[in-house]
Amino acid sequence: MILVVNVCFEKLHYFEFVKPIEDILRNRGLEYSTIHYTQVSEKYLASADRIIICGTSLKDDDFLNKIEKFSWINNINKPVLGICAGMHVIGLHFGGELEKETEIGFYEESFQSFLGLNDNEQVYHLHNNYIDFFHLKEFEVFSKGRIPQAVKHRDKELYGILFHPEVRQKSLILNFCSKNNL
Amino acid sequence: MNLGALFSGGKDSTFAIYLAKECGYDVSCLISIISKNPYSYMFHTPSISKVEQQATALGIPLLVHETKGEEEKELLDLEEAIKKAKAQYGIEGIITGAIESTYQASRIQKICNALDIECFNPLWQKDQFELLEDLIQNKFEVVIIAAAAYPLDASWLGKKMDLEFIKQIKPLHEKYRINPAGEGGEFETFVLDCPMFKKGLKILNTRIVSIENNHSMEVTVG
Repeated sequence: MILVVNVCFEKLHYFEFVKPIEDILRNRGLEYSTIHYTQVSEKYLASADRIIICGTSLKDDDFLNKIEKFSWINNINKPVLGICAGMHVIGLHFGGELEKETEIGFYEESFQSFLGLNDNEQVYHLHNNYIDFFHLKEFEVFSKGRIPQAVKHRDKELYGILFHPEVRQKSLILNFCSKNNL
Repeated sequence: MNLGALFSGGKDSTFAIYLAKECGYDVSCLISIISKNPYSYMFHTPSISKVEQQATALGIPLLVHETKGEEEKELLDLEEAIKKAKAQYGIEGIITGAIESTYQASRIQKICNALDIECFNPLWQKDQFELLEDLIQNKFEVVIIAAAAYPLDASWLGKKMDLEFIKQIKPLHEKYRINPAGEGGEFETFVLDCPMFKKGLKILNTRIVSIENNHSMEVTVG
């Protein structure tokens, strides 16, 4: 089962940032369960094979005030994919800090062997912040350019992406879910 | 949260409002942009003058703003309209009916970000057959008022979006890649009734104009 973690404070954002991820999983026949980050417990984490932490809107950053709710990230031994806000959460729990950079819309980014991305890709951005993973020794960056777009923990299956793959890179989510023949 | 809705009178913007209300949000004004350019990149234009009657049916005040519809410049007009709604109605966010158009969505996101208000796109990336089914299930009465992609012709004008419509559009989607919800501009819609309307609208008169593959139906409603 894939645990989909909703980080939105605003209820209406579910449709924009969580449901598209659920749709990708459902269309592929993958079993998932969605939960708000404030409700994540040991029980949910134990029953999940993989975890996806979804993104949220530019202004919906209440999760930053409750960042301790994600403390499970430091100890989890299951694959986790953090999308945008989800990537921020991962970075913050490994000592990163939020840096200001607003990017909205399609941008050309360059990737190296990251969950099926190997070359230049047009990705959809929607963020006011990023985390400089270049300074986090535990992480490797799989994109070129000043702002890390795709990262992975060196020892664990913790992935982070700054862009929204539900727009143009749906296969990235499926690649994350299908690793090790899940 | 108090929201303003970008409203064209079509199915997407109306259904987006419906979802917002179902989630408990207040929608305190509708914002309609009347573009003088019938080929506007941002705004749907057919029968937009009828949105006043829809706004009355919804019981939500309407803020109308005109634009010449010049590419990118029309964004300044949209920003002006949203600023006006913020000052007049105290809105804290905008709802749009964007589904696939990153052109529309990213530009509205930028405006909202600059004005420090929320931006909600509850139909974003939604499967378009699922959207049609949701509209039918939730008793939205929607008609086609413009068609602009082969093989859609004038005979599609006035068609209701019902199960029969889905049956007819499905093979065109498979053969000609016609977008089932018209997101690519293949057709435009007009909402005559929905659960939020105090009283449904009826088509009293129609006037059809066809120029090559572009067919539109001006409706008089009451």
